[in-house]
Amino acid sequence: MGSRIEILNEAGFRSDGRRQFELRDLTIDLAKHGEADGSALISHGLTQVLVSVYGPREAKMRSHTFHDRANINVEVVVASFSTGERRKRQRGDKRVLEFAATIKSTFEPVIRTNLYPRSQIDIYVQVLQQDGSTLQTCINAATLALMNAGIPMTDFVCAVTGGVHSTSPMLDLSTLEENDIPHVTVAVMPKTKKVVLVTMETRLHVDRFEEILNLARDAGAILHQEMKEAILARSATLVALAEPVTKNQNKGDDDVVMD
Amino acid sequence: MVEITIRKRPRSEAVVTQRKFFKKTARGKVIKVLRERYLRDDVGCGIQSCQECTESCTPQANHLVMSGPDHGLFPDGHFLLPDTNVFLSQMDLLESPLFRPPIILLQTVIEEVRHRSLPLYNRLKALMAMDEKSIWVFYNEYRSETAVIREENETPNDRNDRGIRKAAAWYTTHLNTNVRGKAPKKPPTIVLLTEDAANRQKAEKDGLVTLSVRKYVEAMNDASQLLDLLASESEEIEPTRAASGKQFLYDEYLPSATLIGGVKAGQLHQGHFNANQYNYLEGSVSVPAFSKPVLLIGRENMNRATNGDIVVVEVFPEDEWKAPADEVVDQDSTLKNDDVESGDEDDGEDLVARVESKVVEYEKRDAEKQPTGKVVGVIKRLWRPYVCHIDSTSLTSSNATSLSVQTVFATPVSRLLPRIRMRTRQAPSLIGQKILVSIDRWDVTSRYPEGHFVRALGKVESKEAEQESLLLEFDVPYRPFGKAILDCLPKEGEQWVVPQKSDASPEWRDRQDLRDLNICSIDPPGCQDIDDALHARLLPNGNIEAGVHIADVSHFVHADTPMDNEAASRGTTVYLVDKRIDMLPALLGTNLCSLRPFVERLAFSAIWEMTPDADIVNVRFTKSVIASKAAFTYEEAQIRKDDANQKDALTEGIRLLNTIAIKLKAKRMAAGALNLASPEVKIHLDSSESSDPIDVEQKEMRETNSLVEEFMLLANISVAQKIQETFPQTAVLRRHMPPPKTNFEKLQDILMKRKGLALDVSSSGALAASLDKCLDPTEPAFNTLVRIMATRCMLSAEYFCSGSVARDTFGHYGLASPIYTHFTSPIRRYADVLAHRQLSAAIGYSPLHPSLHSKPHVERILGVVNKRHRMAQMAGRASVEFYVGLALKGREERVQKSGAGAVTEEAFVIRTFRNGLGVFVSSLGIEGLVMFKKDLQFDAENYTLSIPKPGSADLVAISVFDKVTVRIEVEKDKNTQRGRVKMTLLSPVDSKDM
Repeated sequence: MGSRIEILNEAGFRSDGRRQFELRDLTIDLAKHGEADGSALISHGLTQVLVSVYGPREAKMRSHTFHDRANINVEVVVASFSTGERRKRQRGDKRVLEFAATIKSTFEPVIRTNLYPRSQIDIYVQVLQQDGSTLQTCINAATLALMNAGIPMTDFVCAVTGGVHSTSPMLDLSTLEENDIPHVTVAVMPKTKKVVLVTMETRLHVDRFEEILNLARDAGAILHQEMKEAILARSATLVALAEPVTKNQNKGDDDVVMD
Repeated sequence: MVEITIRKRPRSEAVVTQRKFFKKTARGKVIKVLRERYLRDDVGCGIQSCQECTESCTPQANHLVMSGPDHGLFPDGHFLLPDTNVFLSQMDLLESPLFRPPIILLQTVIEEVRHRSLPLYNRLKALMAMDEKSIWVFYNEYRSETAVIREENETPNDRNDRGIRKAAAWYTTHLNTNVRGKAPKKPPTIVLLTEDAANRQKAEKDGLVTLSVRKYVEAMNDASQLLDLLASESEEIEPTRAASGKQFLYDEYLPSATLIGGVKAGQLHQGHFNANQYNYLEGSVSVPAFSKPVLLIGRENMNRATNGDIVVVEVFPEDEWKAPADEVVDQDSTLKNDDVESGDEDDGEDLVARVESKVVEYEKRDAEKQPTGKVVGVIKRLWRPYVCHIDSTSLTSSNATSLSVQTVFATPVSRLLPRIRMRTRQAPSLIGQKILVSIDRWDVTSRYPEGHFVRALGKVESKEAEQESLLLEFDVPYRPFGKAILDCLPKEGEQWVVPQKSDASPEWRDRQDLRDLNICSIDPPGCQDIDDALHARLLPNGNIEAGVHIADVSHFVHADTPMDNEAASRGTTVYLVDKRIDMLPALLGTNLCSLRPFVERLAFSAIWEMTPDADIVNVRFTKSVIASKAAFTYEEAQIRKDDANQKDALTEGIRLLNTIAIKLKAKRMAAGALNLASPEVKIHLDSSESSDPIDVEQKEMRETNSLVEEFMLLANISVAQKIQETFPQTAVLRRHMPPPKTNFEKLQDILMKRKGLALDVSSSGALAASLDKCLDPTEPAFNTLVRIMATRCMLSAEYFCSGSVARDTFGHYGLASPIYTHFTSPIRRYADVLAHRQLSAAIGYSPLHPSLHSKPHVERILGVVNKRHRMAQMAGRASVEFYVGLALKGREERVQKSGAGAVTEEAFVIRTFRNGLGVFVSSLGIEGLVMFKKDLQFDAENYTLSIPKPGSADLVAISVFDKVTVRIEVEKDKNTQRGRVKMTLLSPVDSKDM
């Protein structure tokens, strides 16, 4: 095909002007959204996800609880306007359910569920815009929302998508790249360097796999820096607000909450 | 560890960094696409003395050095920044070795070229890779200062032009601040080169230096030679008088949307245009909708299509369908009086039109009617430079010595192409030379396409020029290997040897030591690149061990190196009569890889254990080290085998191999393999230096030829099974599709009518059996002739990737093998190199390169290899034809000296026309045409032509398969300087005066 876009050109630029190991622009918004106990709106490039966390709270249905730990409930909604082609995904859509299950199993070992027996933690994921690496964005957003809600976790979970074009690996893929090259999504806990999730839907050669896995782990550490800063900044504003109401009075605190 | 960073993209810049557009899908749905773009400051300008960009410019080696003061307009030095249209129309100029100013190539330009024309894009890529050109690619769309965004109501074209101007402006200021000329001098100039006058105006308004290509070239030192390379499209020169004539000769093409819509709806049909080599006024297009190709009769219906173009045709209603002409129409003789310069309204043209209309009239033969139609559009032109001669009659005699511009006809060497009208200043000096000409355009008002001169190849009939023209005509890459490629060779060069056997040396890892075996190679005489060697011995258990040892090319040629890429693009070694164009550098092909006798060489061996009845007990593949004991020619091996006194181990080995080969062949034949024939001749050269052909003789087939062939087939089949098992998705295989039955219809009909023989084409076995029955007791060569004709009805074999086609189409029809590949000649075929790599991975010797796991990658490579393979075959045949011509000329002179008159040969009639006979001279392996000036009595149904005997009213009937005697002369065509074989009938009727 003539008009095909080059994934990686000879000078080492990708189709959007990034180089191989450059991640897309990351923006994090930890402001409170509505009733949620904690929420995060984050975007990797043009992929944007809003996660709201409720809980730990009493489960609606008794049968869903465990006597020794909290139940994690993940629900994913993919907005029909999130891709170029309008497409309505039903709640029972297999793809979406699988997606939710993946997120759930990622966080189960990280959240200290044993502290909250017989309760439930709800993670509502809303995919607002998609441009590749959706799972990565969902996981990163969920990590931040859980922290924002004050739920105890053993570590951050930072996810990165890596792919390989012919023999050159690259990180944080856009839709264009995802459609064309084999890719893996890896989620790591940066402190312990443990890998909590590796998922792959395309075929990737074994020899390349190790290289990408290592790269994605390193990239996770970079993301960790950025996410940590965002959490610290958020905490700092909250701490400032919690100070005795003296100097900040006249500024009007609503603005600050809205970031 | 690599550095991983997060690229920031400020929201405030979203207007520039985000792109939104709507796209229509194949189903007609409209989707919105949003893409982002990261703008950066580290995109290098590529100029050597730039202080700012030194770090971001990689690779350093490609840096541009400011041009010297040799250009008249820019004594302070300059850099060229060409616009897209320069590459679209003036590629020949840019490719010329004389044109070498430093060029800044913008990303926008590359993308636009790619979008507009893929062949030009490929040429541009090749241009960028050339060592002697200095070209720097500047990624202007990624640099924050030069990125542009399409504005409202702006066409993509305007956007690109604006982007190019912006980049030029940026370069100008960038140079001003960062690059100083020598001491007080001004910094070098950035010259925006564009053919678009509107763009030039706008650029001048912005204060940029801008020129048209013609103006730029005129001020260069080599102007006179370079000016001819300019395409005739430049707006500065007036179109030739004929082209500006108002009369429309052709219909305009339909708009492309209509074409695509029509093809989709089934009203129009798309296919490749094939010109008819016997009749320049006829062409055909094979389309899927009809079993027979669509016939296009006459210039108007062919509507400016040239051979190979992808065209769209409209088919006429069935009552207007016609049969293909049964006459030979030669452009050269029909159009002798056509004047180049004169307009199409002249008398001369009327004459042409009258002659043509006469030719185009057809008698209606219902049986052979074919769908008939006309070309209504061209999807893709397949224009490339063509090898031509200047038609000397088209020169006006008055200015035969002047250097003024004149318009002349260039006649392509290939009979499939129309002549090309071109303007040149060097016309007189180009007469008698072979030249390259590119077609630029073909207007509705012009009978012929317009083109321009690219370069001269040399004197007609000089071997160098003929050789080069052959290579160009068949698109064979023949440039010497570049430095990057030669760097991939082992450092030791000629001195490289297999190291001493030890566990530490990488060469000996997992290699079997077969140096003690009595291995020998059998090849044609003078063979330098010995791919294969053989051995056989008796095992204690009564079985036989036979081994085929193939040069271990994959040990030297590693995947994804410059040498590998070059070999992949060359695809195959091309053998011309007196020259070989190698796929791999000669050091490997003729020395390090070649399995020469008495030296140790690395090999890839396939070793079978067989029962005495040639049933395979087992097979194993291993990398090995061998030492060949002898290199025989087929003849030597044959003599040795037949000499009962020779009792040494080597000879016994050959005898053993031979007995197995005979059994293997019998088995293959029983399975239904075809015994095909192609006219193969051998050219005797005077000596290797002078390479003057002395004579031609038919190639002899010996028992030993068949011996080697059988073992190579066996090795290929065994390897094919192994790699297909291990890599079911990407194995490199070769197949030969069974031909459609309709291909044989004509041959069956001729055989039935002329000889009363039936040809059963239901399967390859049936065909083989019925070919065996095609015997004429009085004529032993008849069977060979039928085999040759049957071979021409078949499809050609092709390489394919096992994952891309259905499993049941893997079969090889000719060999009657369910699976096949090429493994045995890695020195001269690239597919074999791939097969070696896959087999090496299959036996666990080395990991498979990731590219060989990717189906699209393998498919792409094999596509190229298939094309090269076809072209190489045609080039080889054309080369033989040229030498046969030379040899005939030599023989003619000798015969005349001895007073015998002329060269005569026996020939078979293979085709009949209304005014001629197609004959095949088997002793020379050439086909020729016997033409008669007047129309004769022709019976198309029975393929019979009746010729009156001179001096009597009797008619002599000549039909297909009849044996005739022809007189062969080599005459020089007056117009084109093309030497060609002319045949006249000698017996049963002397047609000299007919």
